[in-house]
Amino acid sequence: MDLQSTQYSHMTIITVGEARIDAAAAIRFKDAMRAATATGAGHVVLDLSNVTFVDSSGLGAIVAAMKQMGGARRLDLAGLTPDVAKVFRLTRMESVFTIHDDILDLRSRATG
Amino acid sequence: MTQHATPQSRPQSTPQRTSQRFTLTATATDLTVRDILAQARHWLQAQGVADELCGSVELALAEALNNIVEHAYAADARGAIRLVAILSPARLICVLSDHGRALPGLELPGGDRPAHTVARDDLPEGGFGWFLIRDLTDRIDYRRHAGWNHLTLDFGLIAP
Repeated sequence: MDLQSTQYSHMTIITVGEARIDAAAAIRFKDAMRAATATGAGHVVLDLSNVTFVDSSGLGAIVAAMKQMGGARRLDLAGLTPDVAKVFRLTRMESVFTIHDDILDLRSRATG
Repeated sequence: MTQHATPQSRPQSTPQRTSQRFTLTATATDLTVRDILAQARHWLQAQGVADELCGSVELALAEALNNIVEHAYAADARGAIRLVAILSPARLICVLSDHGRALPGLELPGGDRPAHTVARDDLPEGGFGWFLIRDLTDRIDYRRHAGWNHLTLDFGLIAP
């Protein structure tokens, strides 16, 4: 799974480089997230702006990625495309995560 | 929006497109699920179905197809999945067929939404599939006949 991490002083933004987090990708995604969040800032934002499709396996893997970070560490989401936002809305998982609409704004604030 | 394609006889492994009907047969693996979804969505878009509905159909089909790959067939005994989609002005009806194991009790599983107002460590990592299928469709129907499972997903095309 193609994940790109950018470390800021108080935040790590992890950008998913693949279009689908689905049943075929869920385990790879979860493992890659474990490696990507093993070090770095406590506050992690998962940038999903390249992702056009998440099924229930992918949703479960994103929830698992948050849980495996443990403790008080935060996993937020950003850049939800329409079909991805729908999965989070229908399952009410949108209420579990802080969801940022604008990843560019978040990056500029993290830099500043 | 209306297309007048001439039905053609083609091998079963390739999709057959007409303006109203789409048929596709593939071997059930998690990677062929992607291919089936891509082809089904391409067909729906070519028929002028709105993106929002295309997204709902893709998600519901994905959940149903994943169930077939994960539960109907054993990992070492992959079988066929057949999708027939029939589009009319008011409805899209998709029938997914496989010859794997029957659904337990020959019944559709319930579809309650997994709890989301629980402690973080207790948040669900699965169990969303049948909830999503039921939520995204107007009607679902399951039949077991002659060793085949037939799951019908019925989508209304007219916004409520």
